[in-house]
Amino acid sequence: MATTILDIKNLKREFKMGSETVRALKGISFHIEAGEFVTIMGSSGSGKTTLLNILGCLDKPSDGEFLLDNVNIGKLSRNDLARLRNQKIGFVFQAYNLLPRTSALENVELPLLYNKEIGARERHKRAIESLEAVKLADRLDHLPNQLSGGQQQRVAIARALVNQPVMILADEATGNLDTRTSYEIISLMQELNQQQGKTIVFVTHEPDIASFSSRTITLKDGRIVKDVKNEKVRSAQEALAALPVQDDY
Amino acid sequence: MNVFNLFRIAWRALLRNKMRAFLTMLGIIIGVGSVITMVAIGQGSKQSIRDQLSTMGSNMITIRPSSNVTVGGGARLGSTALQTLTLPDADVIKKQSQYITEISPAVTASGQAINAAQNWPTSMQGVSPGYLNIRQWKLKSGTNFTDEDVKTANKVCLIGQTIVENIFGAGEDPVGKYIRFKKIPFKVIGVLEEKGENAFGQDQDDIIMAPYTTVQKRLLAIPYVQTIYASAIDEQSSALATAEITSILRKQHKLKDSDQDDFTVRTQAELISTISSTSELLTVLLAAIAGISLLVGGIGIMNIMYVSVKERTKEIGLRMSIGARGIDILLQFLIEAIFISITGGVIGVVLGVVASNVITLLLSWPTLVSESSIILSFLVCAFTGVFFGYYPARNASKLDPIEALRYE
Repeated sequence: MATTILDIKNLKREFKMGSETVRALKGISFHIEAGEFVTIMGSSGSGKTTLLNILGCLDKPSDGEFLLDNVNIGKLSRNDLARLRNQKIGFVFQAYNLLPRTSALENVELPLLYNKEIGARERHKRAIESLEAVKLADRLDHLPNQLSGGQQQRVAIARALVNQPVMILADEATGNLDTRTSYEIISLMQELNQQQGKTIVFVTHEPDIASFSSRTITLKDGRIVKDVKNEKVRSAQEALAALPVQDDY
Repeated sequence: MNVFNLFRIAWRALLRNKMRAFLTMLGIIIGVGSVITMVAIGQGSKQSIRDQLSTMGSNMITIRPSSNVTVGGGARLGSTALQTLTLPDADVIKKQSQYITEISPAVTASGQAINAAQNWPTSMQGVSPGYLNIRQWKLKSGTNFTDEDVKTANKVCLIGQTIVENIFGAGEDPVGKYIRFKKIPFKVIGVLEEKGENAFGQDQDDIIMAPYTTVQKRLLAIPYVQTIYASAIDEQSSALATAEITSILRKQHKLKDSDQDDFTVRTQAELISTISSTSELLTVLLAAIAGISLLVGGIGIMNIMYVSVKERTKEIGLRMSIGARGIDILLQFLIEAIFISITGGVIGVVLGVVASNVITLLLSWPTLVSESSIILSFLVCAFTGVFFGYYPARNASKLDPIEALRYE
């Protein structure tokens, strides 16, 4: 029996815009087990971003329950949320969000600097392990501007891994990358998911990406319209191989 | 969050912006450096004025006849022409005052001092033997005259360095020799130590001292005295001594309550504080100007931190999303600001001390770097860092991570 990482019941989120109330999420329920690779799809305005913010503990629901790793975040303070983000969630952003003029290693160490239980040696060791996991062991001292987009995103994934979170939360993580590099990143995600059992929640609006995940939740107008298990998960590795060989002209 | 990590985070953030950090620091460096240098110049000039004044004897009290007495026609007389101070006045003060250690009546005669073929225009001061103590003056050679010499109006004298140089040949020992002053021969029994110029540029060594009786009777033929010098026990009691002398003299001169004093009592301490207050003002002015530059430096920090927070909004969003709490962000920016101001302060202190010494060396202005100005400006700049760093840092810590992340 797999452990439940995310348990969401009748989640609602409303925003006050002047006199109007915008209901971004109108009651959503689902749960995610450890080891799943879930894509959350939806067009803009579907409530996707709102859901992502709540899943990432950056925002709190107006109503309903959200249990992350059996912790109810509805009752937590700002500081508790910060600690939760630090220890349970690994973010991967569309724009990488690496610190400029800071080496790959230091970027990866960053989350651990905010975790007082981890000493300097442990921090260094874990950062190197994370970078090895994303196959960047030879780029430790490179600055972000010396790395390609795909490499930068891999550094960002290493940063997301370094705190050994229960869930990696990717926000359009391939949005800035070309198809080949996107597949490389997805392939890396699949590898982390299948070989190391990492739970991954991937928010995207590209249906293509969804086919690589084990489950797809589709949002529309603040409600779930589809929640399907993907029986035939495509292998990103194979998709990569199937891409036409880059012809340089 | 441990503090060491915070320092590491702030340090790395500063390293990423070396140039900006340095330029911000420059404001503080110049501010602190100028405070220290300016105060050093002010203090130095104050000290040198003080030193010069105290060569005249800092406990000295001067009693002169007052010009408030008018003669027929209403014209006021100059103090040397007034005859209200007498030898009995000096005796009474000596007997009755508790705050006085020495007292000396004084009369002055001008004339040519002559030794063999050399002559020199100077003045002879008729004083009592205690005058040397009042002026804190020592003899270079020979001996002081005695009360016996005063009683007999003996023709002996002490001469200053300027007199020695002008009427005696090089290497000649004046002690035991005779000089003539206003055609009267005086035996030189002592040579005064060199004292240099006083605060007003007068040569204090251009002087001949003789018993006051000698000058009164043999040179001036007057019974009164022109000045009475006295010495208070210490600088602090000179005000008390002044009051005491005033009341003694009023009684002695049989003045009614409605009468004005027919004498004035001045202390050297008064003079010192008057002149010192001028240089005090100078110090305050200089410090104020320098303080303003420190303030500008502080505003520079605030400006940079403010811009830095805006510019790094996305970074702050990222830090928050990976687990930084508001307080972590606040402390990071605060530490950056404090680090800039403290480092700037240290460099500024060093620069200020060096600049003060260079000024003394090149312009030969006296400077005095005081510990208090170093400590004060250092504290001010640490405070500047906290004060001007806090507001932007707090702004940063209050950011909403969602909005900060989306900030472009």
